[in-house]
Amino acid sequence: MIDFLNAHGSELITKTWEQLYISALALILGVIVAIPLGILLTRFPKTAKVVIGIASMLQTVPSLALLALMIPLFGIGKFPAIVALFIYSLLPILRNTYIGMEDVDPVLKDSAKGMGMTTMQSIIQVEIPMATPVIMAGVRLSAVYVIAWATLASYIGAGGLGDLIFNGLNLFQPDLIIGGTIPVTILALLVDYLLGKLEKRLTPISERS
Amino acid sequence: MTEEQPILVFKDVEKVYRGGNVAVEHVNLTIHKGDFVCLIGTSGSGKTTTMRMINRMLEPTGGEILYNGADIHKANPVELRRHIGYVIQNIGLMPHMTIYENITLVPKLLKWPEEKRREKAEELIKLVELPEDFLDRYPSELSGGQQQRIGVIRALAANQDLILMDEPFGALDPITRESLQELVKNLQEKLGKTVVFVTHDMDEALKLATQIVVMDGGHMIQNATPEELLRHPANQFVENLIGEDRLIQARADVTTVAQIMLKNPVSITPGRSLGDAIRLMRKRRVDTLLVTDDDGYLKGFIDIESLDNNYKRATSVSDIMNTRIFSVVSDTLLRDTVDRILKRGLKYVPVVNHQGQLQGIVTRAALVDMVYDTIWGDSDDETSEHHPDDAAIKENSNAAMAEKLTNPVGTKATDPDTSNDKEV
Ligand SMILES: Nc1ncnc2c1ncn2[C@@H]1O[C@H](COP(=O)(O)OP(=O)(O)OP(=O)(O)O)[C@@H](O)[C@H]1O
Ligand SMILES: [Mg+2]
Repeated sequence: MIDFLNAHGSELITKTWEQLYISALALILGVIVAIPLGILLTRFPKTAKVVIGIASMLQTVPSLALLALMIPLFGIGKFPAIVALFIYSLLPILRNTYIGMEDVDPVLKDSAKGMGMTTMQSIIQVEIPMATPVIMAGVRLSAVYVIAWATLASYIGAGGLGDLIFNGLNLFQPDLIIGGTIPVTILALLVDYLLGKLEKRLTPISERS
Repeated sequence: MTEEQPILVFKDVEKVYRGGNVAVEHVNLTIHKGDFVCLIGTSGSGKTTTMRMINRMLEPTGGEILYNGADIHKANPVELRRHIGYVIQNIGLMPHMTIYENITLVPKLLKWPEEKRREKAEELIKLVELPEDFLDRYPSELSGGQQQRIGVIRALAANQDLILMDEPFGALDPITRESLQELVKNLQEKLGKTVVFVTHDMDEALKLATQIVVMDGGHMIQNATPEELLRHPANQFVENLIGEDRLIQARADVTTVAQIMLKNPVSITPGRSLGDAIRLMRKRRVDTLLVTDDDGYLKGFIDIESLDNNYKRATSVSDIMNTRIFSVVSDTLLRDTVDRILKRGLKYVPVVNHQGQLQGIVTRAALVDMVYDTIWGDSDDETSEHHPDDAAIKENSNAAMAEKLTNPVGTKATDPDTSNDKEV
């Protein structure tokens, strides 16, 4: 263990950072795109079915294949990896945002409108706060997926902890495989925990269980 | 009042939902400042629809609505809603906002400064007799009744003049309900607010409204003050909605003695001879005569028994007149009279004006008629009841007199020996 850390310690830290960096960017992009899109879709229920259908389809493309598909489009490196992971992150966030917004008590929407809120004010001040727990559940799910799949991104030269694991596989060095896998798991759990904390903070006091 | 511009006018308003469902049509309604209008009717009669067109939560498909003289269709709906208080059918407090934030939601939308909002919230929470520290609570930390109170004051927070309330006290126990009704009524009277209030509870409507609009199947059936509604329900539907009990009670509540009394009772002056008296009795087929002086002041009565007993000894009416006579003043409410007539077992009571001049009599039979009309009668009977001076009715009342005065119980109770007493 100590030997492993001595030999690969600094590499481990850089690779973990890369992993986090790729995942975080993909997730942030996913949040930026999927939440507004999900909200927008609640105003167009018919389009919503189609869009969520497409997102579900993308989700079923094998992750390795999706990564490989990025190469002709964006070449290799971090960028295509982030794009691919971003696509993966979309569905859970999109679907949960849509469901969460749809599930807001119509009485509250009516009340907001009746008091003279604009559609935008109603969305920001009433509907999003009420939908936060559901939306955040989607974000957490995406985060775990993205962190796990970011491992594969090393295949297209994006770096990350996948480098350690694939090296281990190629060189038959189980300690490298384990040394790469454990940080991925820890990272995923940690991010999930932190997002859980964030969810608590964002959830209106009255809605906390 | 009539000179003043109405705050709200409906002109032949109609709402047809998609799919051709006609929710309301031909709604014509004028609401003045300070009115408390109750929309009442069965479920699905279009009350909510009518109300929600006022703040453009729904757009009419026909006709127009004027708010302070201006067509609301031309107004900005968001602005309009901020100036019309609205308590929706299920209160709709925001669960993620504190009571303070809930109350001051509209003022915040109107960009009031923080101090002014705080001040308003504190003023309002006092108004509904809740402690100030409730402002920092969340709606789920309040009881149902307390939440309803907040719902009501939230609709007042931006000093709205017009407040719409859709069954605001739906699922409350009767005591809380009553206290909230009082609260709303007080607010409306004290602050001069105009209220449009949807309910399907007639007691609530009668208690609160200055104007009741009865709706059925998307139509306005009647638009009247509570008093008018009780006195002249437009049709069977309204009567059913009011209910028999209330009608009977209400009839007695608002009807005065003068309205049901028979006019031109048979009377005689004290100076006349007993012979004249007996001839008059024969002619009018009555067994009692009321005695009045030349100016019509009621002095007493004579009946056939005392006349028979004293025919040889006495000569004039004044000799045998019984002055112990119970009478009622013409503008007293029937409610107060009914009891006395029934309890004393009187067959009739003379009615006098404030000076004591004889105006007519109320017979037991007339009371029976009234109760009968209330339960079975159609509106024609009712009208006649209230206009006994119509020529046709006069005949009736004479006939009735003849029949009804044959045996006045009240006089019988008096000892014939004292019938000569002149005491008053
Ligand atoms: N959005 C809608 N689309 C189609 N029809 C509707 C809609 N809302 C109401 N209606 C219909 O319009 C009619 C009047 O409804 P409204 O809600 O005004 O009744 P209401 O008098 O308020 O009844 P309640 O006492 O049950 O609240 C009903 O027949 C109802 O089915
Ligand atoms: Mg309704």
